[in-house]
Amino acid sequence: MFNFEQVDVWQRVIEFLQQLINGLALGSILALIALGYTMVYGILRFINFAHGDIFMLGAFAGFYLAPKIAAVLPTPSIWAGLAVMGISMMICAAIGVVIERFAYRPLRRSPKLAVLITAIGVSLFLEYTGQLVFGAAPKKFPDLIPVYPLTQFGGLSINSNQVLVLGVTLLLLLALKFITLKTKIGTAMRALSFNPEAAALMGINTDFVISFTFALGSALAAAAGILYAISYPAIDPLMGILPGLKAFVAAVLGGIGNLPGAALGGLIIGVTETLVSGYISSTYRDAIAFGVLILILLIKPSGLLGKKEVEKV
Amino acid sequence: MNLWRTQIIWPVLAVAGTFLAGITGCNKPSGGETAASDVIKVGEFASLTGSEATFGQSSHQGTQMAVDDLNAAGGLLGKKIQLLTEDDQSQAGQPATVARKLISRDGVVAILGEVASSRSLEAAPICQQNKIPMISPSSTNPKVTETGDYIFRVCFIDPFQGTVMANFARKTLKLNTAAVLTDVKSDYSLGLAKFFKAGFTADGGKILVEQNYSAGDKDFNAQLTAIKAQNPDGIFVPGYYTEVGLIALQARQLGFTGPIFGGDGWESSSLVPIGGKALEGCYFSTHYSPEDTSPAVQDFVKRFRAQHQETPDAMAALGYDSAMILADAVKRAGSTGGAKVAAALAATKDFAGITGKITIDANRNASKPAVILTIKDGQFKYVETIAP
Repeated sequence: MFNFEQVDVWQRVIEFLQQLINGLALGSILALIALGYTMVYGILRFINFAHGDIFMLGAFAGFYLAPKIAAVLPTPSIWAGLAVMGISMMICAAIGVVIERFAYRPLRRSPKLAVLITAIGVSLFLEYTGQLVFGAAPKKFPDLIPVYPLTQFGGLSINSNQVLVLGVTLLLLLALKFITLKTKIGTAMRALSFNPEAAALMGINTDFVISFTFALGSALAAAAGILYAISYPAIDPLMGILPGLKAFVAAVLGGIGNLPGAALGGLIIGVTETLVSGYISSTYRDAIAFGVLILILLIKPSGLLGKKEVEKV
Repeated sequence: MNLWRTQIIWPVLAVAGTFLAGITGCNKPSGGETAASDVIKVGEFASLTGSEATFGQSSHQGTQMAVDDLNAAGGLLGKKIQLLTEDDQSQAGQPATVARKLISRDGVVAILGEVASSRSLEAAPICQQNKIPMISPSSTNPKVTETGDYIFRVCFIDPFQGTVMANFARKTLKLNTAAVLTDVKSDYSLGLAKFFKAGFTADGGKILVEQNYSAGDKDFNAQLTAIKAQNPDGIFVPGYYTEVGLIALQARQLGFTGPIFGGDGWESSSLVPIGGKALEGCYFSTHYSPEDTSPAVQDFVKRFRAQHQETPDAMAALGYDSAMILADAVKRAGSTGGAKVAAALAATKDFAGITGKITIDANRNASKPAVILTIKDGQFKYVETIAP
């Protein structure tokens, strides 16, 4: 009654496409977090380890905002989703600025290691304060945005969420490109990343530019937090650790400091992880994903799209 | 980084925890105010605080209610029962400390506890050494009672639960093929999966695909896509409620419509809020159902609700049964001597508990029925009882 072999091949193609879509959806969230990492690194040459926890705070901000927004806007709807995301981004931008002001700025002239350790401290502080304030038990993230199945064609299922996540990531990447390349503050950010002292001598208010960088990076983390919580609606105060770590890897993979590189890195990690889980075993997922990182760095130490940097002595 | 977090933070917390426990322990009255001959002292250790606090609290409330009931009915051997409860803070290391304290300082005749198998396993060797009978209300890992002939339990064990779900899937759900999605980080999940697979295939079913995840994961799309490609009739997920909710959601989004089912790790008030509609028509096995129409269960549920303003869960029912089965054994032994009570416990047959008819088997495990619940309109609904 069936030509079994044909059905089998067709199903395998569908399965592969489905895994690819799963991977891209996961990867685009990682990409969004990675953008924040890479931007702060690009300007300050410093890895903000608390970035994953800002991502968590973004999700929790959305969690507490959603009922308030629902009182004003019909929920779930795309407008309610955008409103919650917008306000969460603002809240996290403010938190990012505050963290920079009180934790990192006093250490700007200290050795890099001191700032790095402080970042780890801030990260732990946010995680465990989160456990105290929000509780350690996972919470259900409210349904903000309606989810429509876009296709169930031949067993291939794509829903509006996956497209939305990919779309928002691309949009924010373009917006970021625009800000850094076409605006005055973007020019100042780039100047700062080349040479902070020279930039200050040219009349750039470095404190403001650094605050702005943190605000932007934290807003991106918040957007990622909301998108992540919409896709995987169980949030807890430690949810930022692993995505944060993977986004960091993605940023390094793409060439840290390079925006499209971070996005590409995120997608590669997401797709690799999904394919490994789907075809090999989820037990080796992280090992293989991080193995890919080592391989790429062996071949191209500055990352996929990173520029070779000459050490100034 | 994760590594160094666990290496730094947990030891620090553990030290701080031990320190605090030391302080509170000193402030507690040692329980020696009543003359020893007037009361029978029974020890209990439970996770009243910490990560498994909800389980520990439930279990303790059930146990306390049983002791109150027994005392109201005139006590045991003409004496009142005094329940001495110690909090182990859901922390490794604490059960051993509090079990020693209960035995050597308070002189208890038996010990009840704990919910978590890992912590029961800590106290068990100490009870065995001191020849003090210990009854675990709800530790399902087979190793617990293997410690020795003074260690008992009133719940069923993981192999039984896995087999029950296999039978249920074959006979009631009429599944011919199934997929298994196991949490590789948890012994509980691995045990259930192993016995489910054995039972399901022995009964003529076919396991099409096995996939793994790790507790804490949020994205299961890859595993579920691989499962769906094999088109199984149902998916067995022997995990805990947080992951189960997300797994059900993602499975439905991928277009899987068959039943998803699992074990007692599902039973939590947090399950439905996370999984929502995706869980409708899913099943899990557990120890008892508050909907059971038997008068004993309904009476228990009614009185528990009056006292605690909530419906007793399986942990509360098992806590109640653990104290009742001990009382029954002491009565039959006519003594509180450890060896006599242990012998009487081992001889327990068809004891009518809240969680069903309990018979203690040769391995000191409870042989008793399991209950299957389903999720309908966001509520747990009773489906059937499966006898061993």
